[in-house]
Amino acid sequence: MSIKSPESNWFKPPEGSERLWVGVALVWCMVMFLAMPYWHVKGKQNSTGESYAVTPAEFQKRVNRFVETNKVGEKNGIPVVEPSPGGDAYLMGQMWRWYPILKLKEGQTYRLHISSVDLQHGFSVLPININFQVLPGYDHVLTLTPTSKGIFQVICNEFCGIGHHLMTGQIIVE
Amino acid sequence: MGNFLEGRYRTCNTTGLPVCLDAQFFIKAHAVAAVVFFLIGAIAALLIALTRWSAVHLLPAMWFYRVLTLHGLNMLIFWIISFEIAILYFAGTSLLNSRLFSRKVAWVAYVLMVVGALMVDYIVLIGKGDVLMTSYPPLKAHPLFYLGIIFFAVGTLIAVFNFFATVYIARRDKTYEGSMPLVAYGALAAAIIAVVTLLHGATVMIPSFLWSLGLVEHIDAGWYRLVWWGLGHPSQQINVAAMVAVWYFMATLTTGAKPLNETVCRAAFVFYILFINLASAHHLLVDPGLNASWKIWNTSYAMYLAVLASMIHGFTVPASIEVAQRLKGFTRGIFNWLTSAPWGDPGFASIFLSIVIFGFIGGITGVTLGTEQINIIAHNTLRIPGHFHATVVGGTTLAFMGLTYYVVPLIFQRDFYFKKWARVQPYIFASGVVLLSLGMSFAGSYGVPRRHWDVNFTGAPLSAGFDAAAHFFLGVLGIGGILAFTGALIFIVLTVLAVFFGKSIAGQPFHGWQPAEKFKLSMEIFSRKKDEKFEQIAHKVPGTVVLVFVLLISFMVYYFANWKALADVWWVR
Repeated sequence: MSIKSPESNWFKPPEGSERLWVGVALVWCMVMFLAMPYWHVKGKQNSTGESYAVTPAEFQKRVNRFVETNKVGEKNGIPVVEPSPGGDAYLMGQMWRWYPILKLKEGQTYRLHISSVDLQHGFSVLPININFQVLPGYDHVLTLTPTSKGIFQVICNEFCGIGHHLMTGQIIVE
Repeated sequence: MGNFLEGRYRTCNTTGLPVCLDAQFFIKAHAVAAVVFFLIGAIAALLIALTRWSAVHLLPAMWFYRVLTLHGLNMLIFWIISFEIAILYFAGTSLLNSRLFSRKVAWVAYVLMVVGALMVDYIVLIGKGDVLMTSYPPLKAHPLFYLGIIFFAVGTLIAVFNFFATVYIARRDKTYEGSMPLVAYGALAAAIIAVVTLLHGATVMIPSFLWSLGLVEHIDAGWYRLVWWGLGHPSQQINVAAMVAVWYFMATLTTGAKPLNETVCRAAFVFYILFINLASAHHLLVDPGLNASWKIWNTSYAMYLAVLASMIHGFTVPASIEVAQRLKGFTRGIFNWLTSAPWGDPGFASIFLSIVIFGFIGGITGVTLGTEQINIIAHNTLRIPGHFHATVVGGTTLAFMGLTYYVVPLIFQRDFYFKKWARVQPYIFASGVVLLSLGMSFAGSYGVPRRHWDVNFTGAPLSAGFDAAAHFFLGVLGIGGILAFTGALIFIVLTVLAVFFGKSIAGQPFHGWQPAEKFKLSMEIFSRKKDEKFEQIAHKVPGTVVLVFVLLISFMVYYFANWKALADVWWVR
C-alpha cells in the first residue's frame, strides 16, 4: 500500500480494466517503436548522423575552395554559390553567419557538408522547419533534396553567444 | 518496531505516522532551500517570458541569456533536487518507521548543496557564466561555475547515500514488516536513478572544470553532449519517479486511495530504473556522429518500456482514487466519483492537475518529439521547452506544491494564512503553465527557436523572421508566463508566511483543507483490508478507463499528425 507495507500476498498479475490497459498500452508502445525502423527504410526524412572528423581550419579551407569554384553571384556582399546537382555543397557555421548562400535546384540531391569553425550551432531552415545540430570537429553530411522552390532562411537555433540572433543565412531553390 | 533514538521522534497527530526529529530538521532545511531557489527561478521565468513575448521584448540580449542560464539551473536542478532530498528523507524515515541514518552526513550534504548552488548563482549573476544551463563547449564559463555544480552533485550523492543507509538500517532493525510501502519504493527508484545521473554529471563536469582551468586542452563537443545529457535528461527522470511517488502519497492522504495491484505499480517503477536513462538520446537525435540504430533504440527507452511505465501510473493513480471514492458511496454514473472529489483541497487539486498536464501535454509531446525522425521538425525549437514545461512545471512542480500544502502543517507544524488563496492557487498555476506550454509548442511548430533573444533577427545581414501567427503564440506564451508566475508567487508567499509566521499547531491534528470527518473516512477506507467488494470495484473502473482511452486517442492523433507534417518537408538523410 502507498504509505503502509502491503499485505503479504501482493504479488499477482493485473486483472480486469487494469489488465486491459496494460495490454493496450504495450501494443501502442510497440507500434511507436516499429514506426521508426519502418520510416528509416521507407521514409524520406531521416537523421542518419553521417559525419567525419574535420578540424575547423581544414573545414574552412574546403568551404573556401567550394566558394571559389562554384560562385555564381553575390548578395549583400555574401557569395552565392551553386553546387552541381548530385555533388557536394558546403555550409559553414560561424559566429555569427551561415556562409555562403547556397543556390540549389528543386528535386536534385546534394551532399551538404555542415560544420562549425567555432562554437556549436543549430542549422534550422525556415519556414519549412528542418533542424540539425552542428558541432565543431564534425563534418555533418546531410543528403538533401529540396522539394519546394523559393528563398529559404537559415537561422541558428543553438545558443552561440551574444550575437546568436544575428546569425542568418539563405538557401535559394529554383 | 521503530529504531528511533530516545526522545528524537514524535507521532504525527494527523496521519499517525512516526516522524524522526532529525529527519524533520533536514526535511525543513531542504524544503526552505528549495523554495528559495524556486523563487529565484520564478523571477527569472517572468523576465524570460516577457522577453520572448515579442511585443514586449523586455530584457537586453546579454541579460536575457544570463537570466535564462539562472532560470534553467535554479528550476531544473536546485529547486527540484533540493525538494527531492526532502522527499527521500521523509520516505526513508516516516514511511519505513526508522530513524535517519546520520545527522552529520546530512549536514555535509546540505552544506555542499547550498554552497554549490550559491556559487553557481553568484558566477552567473556577475556575468562569468553566460553559457546557459547546458554549458556546451567550446563555450566556457568561470571554473567556479563547474565547481559549484560539482559541489551540488556531490552533496546530492551524499544525501542519497544517507537515504540508502537509512533504508539499510530500517531493514536490519526490522522496523517494518514485509515489503516496503509503495511510496518509499518509488522514492528508492528515484534515488537509484539519481545515482546513475550524478555519476554522469561527475564524468562530464570534472573534465570541464579542469578544461576551464587550462589543465585539459580540449573537450570534444559531441562527447560532452553525449555524457552531459546522461546528467541532463535522467535528472528529469528522478523528478518523474519522485513525482509519481508523490501522486500515490497524496492520493492516499486526500482521498484514502490505495493501489489496485502492487505488482503492477512496482513493476512500473522497475521499468523506470532499467530504461528511463536511455532517454538522454532525445537530445542527440539530429546530432552528427551517432547512427540511426543507436538513436532509435535509445530514444525509445528500449521499445518504450519507460513510456509504458508512465502510462501504467497514469492509470493506477486515478483508478485508485476512483475505487476509494466509490467505496465512499460516490457510485452514480461514470464520473460522480471525480466530480465529488475534494477539489477544494489544494493537495488533491495539485496532484490531479499534475497528472492531467503531465499525461495529456507533457507525455504525448515528449514521446512524439523524441521519435527519431520527428525530432527533425522539433529539435531546438520552442516545441522542446513547450514539452518539458508541461512535465517539469505542470507535472513535477505542481505535484510538489500540492505536497507542500501538507508538509507545512504536518512537518513544520504551522498553519496557513489566507487558505482561500491556497485553494485557488493550483488552478491559477496550472492554467498559466498550460497556456505557456501551448504557446511555446505552437510557436515552435513554426520553427521559432528556443533560447533565442530576438526572433525578428533585427540587424542580421540576411533578413529572417516569422509570420503573425507565430508572434500570436509568443503572446500566449507571455500571458501564460505571467499567470504561472502569479500562481508561483501566491504559493511562495503563502508558504513563507506559514513557515515563518504561521500559528503553531504542534500537538494538534490538521484539518485545514478537508473537514475532519472526511479525512477520517478516507483513512478508514484506506486501512480496510482488500476484501471482495474492493476487488469487485477495482476490476471495473469505468471513469478511469474513459479517461485513459481519451488520452490514448489524443496521443494517436498528435503522433500521426506529426508524421504527416514530417512527410511534407524536404527529403533528407
